[in-house]
Amino acid sequence: MVDQDINKKLDTVQMMVNMGPQHPSTHGVFRMVLAVDGERIVDVEPHIGYLHRGSEKLCEGEIYVQIVTLFDRLDYLSNLNNEMVFCRAVEKLMELEIPERAEYIRVILCELNRVASHLLFIGTFGLDVGAMTPSMYMFRDREKIQSMFEAVTGARMMHNYIRIGGIKNDVPDDFIHRMKSLIVELKKGLEEADKLLSFNEIFLARTKNIGTMSAKMAIEYGVSGPSLRASGVPIDIRKDHPYSIYDRFDFGIPIGEIGDCWDRYYVRLEEVRQSISIMEQALYQLPDGDTITPTRFLLRPPKGEVYVRGENPRGEIGVYMISDGTDKPYRVKVRPPSFCNLMTIKDLLIDTYVADAVVILGSLDIVLGEVDR
Amino acid sequence: MLGNLKGLLVTLSSMLRKPVTYQYPKEHKPIENRYMGFPVLMWDSQISEPYCTGCMVCVRYCPTQCMTAVMKDNPLHAEGVSKRRKIVDSFEINFGRCIVCGICVDVCNFDAIEMSHEHELSKYARNDNRSDLTRLLEMGRKYQEETDWKPKTNAKESEEEASS
Ligand code: SF4
Ligand code: SF4
Repeated sequence: MVDQDINKKLDTVQMMVNMGPQHPSTHGVFRMVLAVDGERIVDVEPHIGYLHRGSEKLCEGEIYVQIVTLFDRLDYLSNLNNEMVFCRAVEKLMELEIPERAEYIRVILCELNRVASHLLFIGTFGLDVGAMTPSMYMFRDREKIQSMFEAVTGARMMHNYIRIGGIKNDVPDDFIHRMKSLIVELKKGLEEADKLLSFNEIFLARTKNIGTMSAKMAIEYGVSGPSLRASGVPIDIRKDHPYSIYDRFDFGIPIGEIGDCWDRYYVRLEEVRQSISIMEQALYQLPDGDTITPTRFLLRPPKGEVYVRGENPRGEIGVYMISDGTDKPYRVKVRPPSFCNLMTIKDLLIDTYVADAVVILGSLDIVLGEVDR
Repeated sequence: MLGNLKGLLVTLSSMLRKPVTYQYPKEHKPIENRYMGFPVLMWDSQISEPYCTGCMVCVRYCPTQCMTAVMKDNPLHAEGVSKRRKIVDSFEINFGRCIVCGICVDVCNFDAIEMSHEHELSKYARNDNRSDLTRLLEMGRKYQEETDWKPKTNAKESEEEASS
């Protein structure tokens, strides 16, 4: 009897592992159910919706000026970029002209926001692969940007600064001076990050050839932003379909080679350099003048529909809006970059190891506030 | 190996610089002038009454509906001391719901409400941050003293006077 039992072949069963919603490396409340065979991931089932606030529906009940505050809270790491895309949508509908100075300040602040978001990515991505130090360094530098925002907009995160028709109020007097010293500090901080992390052997071993996304796959899934460019597709809305005043600046589009985690990391790091260069050019060209085209507080844009898109730190954000001529929009649809980027997670994770799941998810740089809306 | 060494050099060099952390509860970061804390009501010390007339414009435009205001006839106007015909009777802002967006300040026509520098308002009970008129004015007076606040419309008038 006993002999027979020993000789019987052992079955292996897949184990279901719950990752999230409160896992520290899911960057928010995101849950994945992993089916693992030993260390290998066989199947993934992502669950989203834990942070659903119904922003799109809420937009239908608010007047246009109030909606800006909702857009602040979509992607809470790039608030100004979100505000800008919504305001541009309303401005396009109303055919409103924006003063030059407002455009420049918008661009400077949006690029600054992009830098802040990417710095946070570099820090937390380091944390995902097990490096504590970069996150401390990056938070230190991001803090300087937040202070800058506090001085200009009055808030550290939820600014409500970009308004329909321009910006809320002019920048403080010492803005240019402070920006210049901030840029110097950011450059220094970025070089530190580069030296600290980019070519560290352990970091390379954890990220090179992990979670490779081919260009074909990226395009088929509708991936956008740095994650797409890491796969070697040079698409950037700021360059291809310039909006605002982006056609006046000279900047490059960094692209990766094979689209692995390291490429996605390095593309973002390079993008920070490009953003800094855009800011420098914009500061140099900054004209004088008005900062807002006065509009009525209770806006009533004409009947019609618009689709406006812009480049967020995470990719292409689009706003589709229908106005029925009243003071509230009929429908607002947001095309969130994080959501579309996250959809690749299943294909990327299958046949990798559990330890890499965290790295791959981190490299996509999602913000759950925007995925669930 | 080289990459590791480079990284070590960076961390080593940070031994030489000054610490950048603020030890928060003991040590505060300086607040910027424009910092938007919770909205508070302003006090007109010339006539000793609030600027707010209780017109409810801010109540209507607040995106979170966290304020209420009630208007009454101004007794000081009857005496001829004040130019305001109506005055606020009671006012409440629920700071637990306020999202510090600043819309109320933008829409107010009387310079009556301002974003203060108040931000440390933790309380034990859920409703302890429903602030009534007295508390809002008290916070407002503190803000006025701190920042030497001047009403914008009056400032314009005095400028005109100076130029004429
Ligand atoms: S704060 Fe201003 S807008 Fe609000 S009720 Fe008072 S006067 Fe009216
Ligand atoms: S700051 Fe915004 S949320 Fe707060 S009371 Fe004013 S309008 Fe309402």
